[in-house]
Amino acid sequence: MGPRNFPFQMSIALKIKNISKSFPGVLANDNIDINIPEATIHAIVGENGAGKSTLMKIIYGMIQPDSGTIEVFNKEQKFNSPKEAINSGIGMVHQHFMLADNLTVLENVVLGLENASLKPINKKKYNDEIESISKKYGMPLDSKITIDDLGVGEKQRVEIIKVLYRGAKILILDEPTAVLVPQEVNELFENLRSLKKEGVTIIFISHKLDEVLEIADGVSVMRGGKHVGTVESSNVSKPDLAEMMIGKSLPKPPKRDTSASKSICLEVKGLNGEVLDSKAPFSDINFKVKKGEILGIAGVEGNGQRELTEAILGVYPIESGQISLNNKDINDLETRTRRSLGVSYIPEDRQSQGLVMDSSLIENAMLGRQTKERYRTKFYNINYKNSKSFSEEIINNYDVRTPGSATLALALSGGNQQKFVVGRELNDEPNLLIASQPTRGIDIGAQALIWEKLRDARDSGLGVLLISADLEELLGLSDRLLVIYEGKIVKELLPKEATPEVLGAYMTGLEQ
Amino acid sequence: MNKILSLVKKRYIVLFPIVCLIFIAQFDKYSELTSSGTFGAALRLCIPICLAGVGAIYSERSGIVNIGLEGMMIMGTWFGAWAGWLYGPWYGVLAGFLGGALFGLIHAIGTVTFQVDHIVSGVAINILAAGVARFLSVVAYADVPSGGATQSPRVDDRISQISIPYLSGGEINDEKTFDLFGSLESLDIFLISDIFGLLGGLTRNISLFSILALSLVPISVWILWSTNFGLQLRSVGEYPVGSESVGVNVYLMKYIGVTTSGAFAGLAGAYLVIESAGIYREGQTGGRGFIGLASMIFGNWKPLGTFLGSGLFGYADSLQLRSEESVHGLLLLIVLILLLVAIRSFFVKKIKSAVGALSVAILFAIWFFNSSTVPNEFVFFTPHITTLIVLSFASQRLRMPKFIGKSYRKGEAT
Amino acid sequence: MIKYTTKILSFLTPLIALSTAVLICSFILNLIDQDPVETFKSMWEYGITGKSLVSILNRSVPLYISAVAVAVGFKMGLFNIGVEGQYLLGALLAAAFGSYMSLPPVLHVLLILVMASVSAGLWAAIAGYLKVKKGIHEVISTIMLNYIGTGTVAYLLAQVFFEKDEGDSLKVPQTNYLPESAMIPPLNKMLGIEDLPDLHGFLIGAIFIGVFYYWLIWKTSLGFDLRATGSNPVAAKFSGADPGRLIILAMVISGSIAGFVGMSGLTGYYHRYTIDFPSGLGFAGIGVALLGRNHPIGMALGAILISFLERSSQILDLKDVPKEIERIMQGIIILTVVVGYEIVRRFVLTQQIKEASKEVLDE
Repeated sequence: MGPRNFPFQMSIALKIKNISKSFPGVLANDNIDINIPEATIHAIVGENGAGKSTLMKIIYGMIQPDSGTIEVFNKEQKFNSPKEAINSGIGMVHQHFMLADNLTVLENVVLGLENASLKPINKKKYNDEIESISKKYGMPLDSKITIDDLGVGEKQRVEIIKVLYRGAKILILDEPTAVLVPQEVNELFENLRSLKKEGVTIIFISHKLDEVLEIADGVSVMRGGKHVGTVESSNVSKPDLAEMMIGKSLPKPPKRDTSASKSICLEVKGLNGEVLDSKAPFSDINFKVKKGEILGIAGVEGNGQRELTEAILGVYPIESGQISLNNKDINDLETRTRRSLGVSYIPEDRQSQGLVMDSSLIENAMLGRQTKERYRTKFYNINYKNSKSFSEEIINNYDVRTPGSATLALALSGGNQQKFVVGRELNDEPNLLIASQPTRGIDIGAQALIWEKLRDARDSGLGVLLISADLEELLGLSDRLLVIYEGKIVKELLPKEATPEVLGAYMTGLEQ
Repeated sequence: MNKILSLVKKRYIVLFPIVCLIFIAQFDKYSELTSSGTFGAALRLCIPICLAGVGAIYSERSGIVNIGLEGMMIMGTWFGAWAGWLYGPWYGVLAGFLGGALFGLIHAIGTVTFQVDHIVSGVAINILAAGVARFLSVVAYADVPSGGATQSPRVDDRISQISIPYLSGGEINDEKTFDLFGSLESLDIFLISDIFGLLGGLTRNISLFSILALSLVPISVWILWSTNFGLQLRSVGEYPVGSESVGVNVYLMKYIGVTTSGAFAGLAGAYLVIESAGIYREGQTGGRGFIGLASMIFGNWKPLGTFLGSGLFGYADSLQLRSEESVHGLLLLIVLILLLVAIRSFFVKKIKSAVGALSVAILFAIWFFNSSTVPNEFVFFTPHITTLIVLSFASQRLRMPKFIGKSYRKGEAT
Repeated sequence: MIKYTTKILSFLTPLIALSTAVLICSFILNLIDQDPVETFKSMWEYGITGKSLVSILNRSVPLYISAVAVAVGFKMGLFNIGVEGQYLLGALLAAAFGSYMSLPPVLHVLLILVMASVSAGLWAAIAGYLKVKKGIHEVISTIMLNYIGTGTVAYLLAQVFFEKDEGDSLKVPQTNYLPESAMIPPLNKMLGIEDLPDLHGFLIGAIFIGVFYYWLIWKTSLGFDLRATGSNPVAAKFSGADPGRLIILAMVISGSIAGFVGMSGLTGYYHRYTIDFPSGLGFAGIGVALLGRNHPIGMALGAILISFLERSSQILDLKDVPKEIERIMQGIIILTVVVGYEIVRRFVLTQQIKEASKEVLDE
């Protein structure tokens, strides 16, 4: 790459001034101050929960800040809706595309531009205009194709063109590379460079450092809702950036004697997942979890860890390999049988995977355990009395704040729902616990309680497989760590060996 | 020539049965299979189904399942007959349209505003419509000797019919012109007479209402695929969050879609009364609303496909009405199609399904050769079993609107 | 606290729906110059006579069973619109085979019931299979299967099971009569109401079916799986439920229950299957299931309400009021009740959320 010319003399496209935003229990944005120069690519990096998404939603008018202001091209703006942001020249490409899949490219681009009248759409005119935009920015696109028939990278291109067509001068891309394969990433970067050349300002949200360093001119780092600093990408090294992102010092793993026993509760050998969207989400996975041990899996999300846990539960299909629980092969068993053998599972999304939201806690206490002995009486019944007392046990032991056990699951706050799920899964003396993001999106109090309960369970001999994007959680709980990158285990290490450089390097694929 | 060959290669699954059909129709006994009379009747029988099905596209493309079509069609029959009897057939058409639209509106209120489960609301609409029709008959025809609780008086006037001059013997200045298609059909030449049988059936003595109804197919294609309204309506059934994010009024689109669908179903009902029966009778719709829905699915949520699907129904129906004998010929058709399936499966190495198709073919062959007619009870459900068979082969290829059947609340975009 | 409001509201909703229907119908009656008060009064008076009550109960039985069959599907989000074809097919096969056999009394009845239930269940299984293996929505397939079923029934009745009588050319297609051993006696003697018309014995069967339904759905792990899959298929899958198997199973169970719909008529009064065998009960059952919100007792009340309207409106003929007003009432009740339940559900949700968040703040 040639030398970069930094447009210092250029005007500021977007000025974020003292923006703060808090949600119940969390300060998502703490007095953020960032200036983004015109016609540059500016990356905003940070881990999950660092406050990037909140900040972007504020800029795009989806939510309103508690305090602070936004200036677009030196004009102070207050957006009450995305529409107002769009009118000021801000466009956003969401991670989940806002496209109607059975409409054509052209239809998606022009949708909503005109009133819903019986006036025919001037397809020729639009077609030409789209073509000229796609030529101008070097993004080839056939506007007659249905979105269904496009690959992910092309869909993203449609989103970008859609936003540009609406006159965007500032383009926000929310984790645009998360859904792309490497070749598509290269293409996207080519496109972004030509957009920059044409004067478009791009805000690029990511947590993949190598990509950020490749494409961005300036990088702002966020951590824990705060703006840690802004650097020029040409003046910063990867390790420095990783350190800014993860923190100068990692949380110290508490000193303690290992409670891991010699016997193995879960062994995975040569496991390959079934191909999904033309690639296997994970391949050749080998590891063991001992009784009384927490094995943590670190990795940036979307690197196959979710599918891996689902495969162990029997929900995601595998291509080949072996899974054994307490030395017994469970490959061919159904999910139900695996569960009755003592596999417990805290899913990453409690609302869609862990709870029946419009049922009571009493019923939810049985979920996944409906065939357990304790719920049966004569006639193969489900015994509500036992389930009620069991659900109340969870409510008391796990401090679930609820009016009662008959309350519907959806009435509870996220933290209380999660405590309930954790309580349910830790009960009945499981042989293995798979915990996927066990404290995501919940308040600190609930988090502390769940951590304590997980440690207690480990100390009493339970084997735990922990998947988390939260490094504090991983380092604080795990006895051993595996790092997963692009579906492969790339490193095994002990928590005390983990430094921000090492973890960051392996998690972001800088080192393999 | 190459073009034709590649077309044959691509479409042989459709072409093969047609060729077989023409072949079978060469036997005198089965000549009705491709006669102009059969096709004419098929067209008339398919129109109400087609109208209901094309209407359903408006509703389903906006994301609302409309199983209340049957009820909306019932309203169409009742109001069509009532206004037709009182004021004349064209008023009947209008009244049927409005009656259906009214019940479509009720369905929209239930599913869009109150977010009741679409199928639940549709079933309730069907129950309500049946009750309303019965009650209205009792009230409206209490003192009418030829009417009663279950039927209306006759709609006397008919909507005028036309034939195309020179091609199928239409009139110009009250003088009958040459009937080209008719004479070609009567030549009795392989293929030629069958094709012109079809053309003649489709162009002879066609009522203006039929033309209006049929023109709604291309008009709907135009509205849904060429106008801003159509684009917004379709986007709403696919991804309402995205639609709302660009300023589409999601609720309004759904309301219009469901109401339009009701209006089309109402037209279908009016057609049954004014064109087919000349009278309203209870139970006259006979499940055509449901069949309309099925042909819409068959047509992959597109007007032309829906028209073809309803044509298949109309054809099977008209055979059943006109000539039970010729239905027997369909058994041979099934045998031939199954043989094709068997051969195809064999070549793609699906031995199991090849053997399955072959053995079923043999069973049908035995049936064919050991009988001279098909029991008419079986003939009655030919269209329905065809639907199931076609759907079981095609449903993997069908693409329904992604957001169909789900309820959407305003403001989910932010 | 919430629990009681919920319960009260759930009871109130049908009452409000009934009142709405009465109001609208009063308005309509007014329009056609009839006195609504007089009309409803005479309906009520006629409906509660002993004779009427027996008739209402007899009508309710098949209606209730049909509703239960539909409700089994509803509970897991499956719409079995095919109860109609399922019960007719079951009834015909049971009638035909029942009339050929000679068996001791109780056994004979049982065999007929099993025959009806199994054949209807198998017929329903086709729709389940088509949904799981071929991806055809059950609403479409069950509707198509209704026509195919009705046609098959007509064929079997006319061509296979019907013994033509050369001397009586007017004889309509029908099966032979069941022998006495296959009839279920009325309950009158047992209940000591011998001066009234026959109260059919299969009422007890309906009660059994209601209890079975309650047990199956709320007391077994299979029922738990069905309900969980109905509300959250993903969570149910993670809990170990197998969706494909459940769909087929639910269709089979729903169909097997549907098989009993025709049994009160067959074993109680017709004792044979003719072309006049009552039809339409499958569709009516959908309405009753909606009315009773898939609850075993709610559906019983719903069936009784509908039967009451049907029976009591008979008197209106004598009063020169169109008795068809009752049909409109049915329609309005069902439509308002589904909207009402949805509003109540939403209300209860917001209340629960309010209360739960209070709980958090109180700490």
